[in-house]
Amino acid sequence: MATSMQTSADRTLQLAEQLVSGTSRSRGQFSWLTLLVYLLLSLGAVVMVTPFIWMLLTSLKPAPELVQFAFLPKNPTLENYQRVLQTSNFGRWYLNSILIAIFSTTSVAFFDSLVGYTLNKFQFPGKNLIFLGILATLMIPTEMLIIPWFTMSVRFGWQQGMAQYWGIAFPGLITATGIFLMRQFFDGVPSELLDAARIDGLHEFGIWWRIALPLVKPAVAALCIFNFIGNWNAYLWPLIVASSREFYTLPVGLSFFRGESTTEWEKIMTAASLATVPLLIVFILFQRQIIKGIALTGLKG
Amino acid sequence: MNLTLKQRQIVWAYIFMLVPLLFFIIIRWYPTLQAFNVSFRDWNVFEGAGPWIGLDNYREIWKDLLKPRSAVRAAFWNTIRYVLYGVPSQLILGLGIALLLNHIRRFSGFFRAAYFVPYVTSAVAVAFVWNWLYQPQTGLLNQLLTFLGLPNQPFTKSPSQALQSITAVAVWQSLGFTVIIFLAGLQQIPEVYYEAARIDGANSWQLFWKVTLPLLNPVIVYLAVLSTISFLRLFALVQNMSPQGTGGPLKSTTTVVLEVYREGFSSYNMGYAGALTVILFFIILLITVIQLRLFTRRYEY
Repeated sequence: MATSMQTSADRTLQLAEQLVSGTSRSRGQFSWLTLLVYLLLSLGAVVMVTPFIWMLLTSLKPAPELVQFAFLPKNPTLENYQRVLQTSNFGRWYLNSILIAIFSTTSVAFFDSLVGYTLNKFQFPGKNLIFLGILATLMIPTEMLIIPWFTMSVRFGWQQGMAQYWGIAFPGLITATGIFLMRQFFDGVPSELLDAARIDGLHEFGIWWRIALPLVKPAVAALCIFNFIGNWNAYLWPLIVASSREFYTLPVGLSFFRGESTTEWEKIMTAASLATVPLLIVFILFQRQIIKGIALTGLKG
Repeated sequence: MNLTLKQRQIVWAYIFMLVPLLFFIIIRWYPTLQAFNVSFRDWNVFEGAGPWIGLDNYREIWKDLLKPRSAVRAAFWNTIRYVLYGVPSQLILGLGIALLLNHIRRFSGFFRAAYFVPYVTSAVAVAFVWNWLYQPQTGLLNQLLTFLGLPNQPFTKSPSQALQSITAVAVWQSLGFTVIIFLAGLQQIPEVYYEAARIDGANSWQLFWKVTLPLLNPVIVYLAVLSTISFLRLFALVQNMSPQGTGGPLKSTTTVVLEVYREGFSSYNMGYAGALTVILFFIILLITVIQLRLFTRRYEY
């Protein structure tokens, strides 16, 4: 029963691990085919990475250099950064994005794993109905909900003042995907272990928090990564609900920034660099964990 | 307390589920019903619920669809084209790169990261970087074309190239995800199948068509569904890559979601926008069901 499910979850984890560690089945001998493969992959990698390099290089160029064809800046300068940071609210937008992403991700990690656990380990009336009800929401595209969410926000004043933080964050505080994912991962936690803790007199919340949750840490980490990136890059809903400049998230602020500096590409590229580089550094540092996390949520979700 | 263990478990389950259940009722299920309700009304958000007008919003959309130059007609037609161009490109390129990556041992981590970088970047920043690359005279791509002695291209500035140019960026951005999931699928295929086929005298070509592709079928269906849905919901890239974010030039890039945004949040014509989102929901539902039916075939292991 539980053991077969456990191995399936373990196998997915192992596969994701293998994917990241780069253990492949191919033999490591030299051949022309392998050389060709490397050539093609390198060509593709150039196409993927060049736009980012070009963005960074442009942001380091003084405006007159943009019309000359030179790949590298002749007189690299940080002046663009100074100007963009002085004339826009970038610092504030950063803070907003970080606050909202951390708040949402914490909430998702807590509630999704709690609900996933409850749906997996408890028997109670209405359980299947609730589970189906949650699963069914996966079929509803966000676009269909934005109008009702907006009318709700207008009614309660969530698009005014500090309440905008709540307004931006509230739709994503619990996710059906995460619940589904966590429910599957709690299969790997043997019920006997939980029963033993019950006999020892630990209350149910403590059993979840201290016994079950630590056993599915990799899954929670994956969920957090997946959710953080999604939140950080969320665009349509924050664009609609945030009504004042100080409460924009980074993508929304960036979008409005373009409207104000239409053809000053060095400024736009500087703004784009400011918005992407920190996340790129985080990505490069935690590349393995992030890709593993996405693969895991992708495969299970 | 004199509750049995079973009863106590039920109480705990309901305590755990209390907040999440309220969340799903208030933030998911009620707004879903509300979305249908809005679509049957003449609704201006700041004046609250308007009068019930039955199917009038849908009739209006139908009329607009029949008008040769209407924005809504362009939006539906463009959205279909985004899907038709984008989904096959993304699947074929994704599978191709995954096969290449599966072949190599060294640097595979590096390549995976390179292909994955755009996926963790905000669509708004991506849109700006590509706007800059696509610029008529100063853009890197046109400078490259000039260098190669080829005629310059207008890309997003021309009604006949803009949609394809944006599709290319969308594919570029989500390619990394497709690659990772395909790679995981490829590594799940047991080596024994290949060995058995080789003993039977199959060549590499046959191995691909007779072993790899059929066993990869569930992954292909999964990615096809995901990719179709994401192209049906295209918004951020189009809004930030078309002039003034209106889906131009000459409506050539506008999408259903962009029209929802413009009707609902620029003209505050919520009823009409709501009806559009309901139609989008049914299209997504229909396509998901068709794809699952059409492409999911059972293979005996």
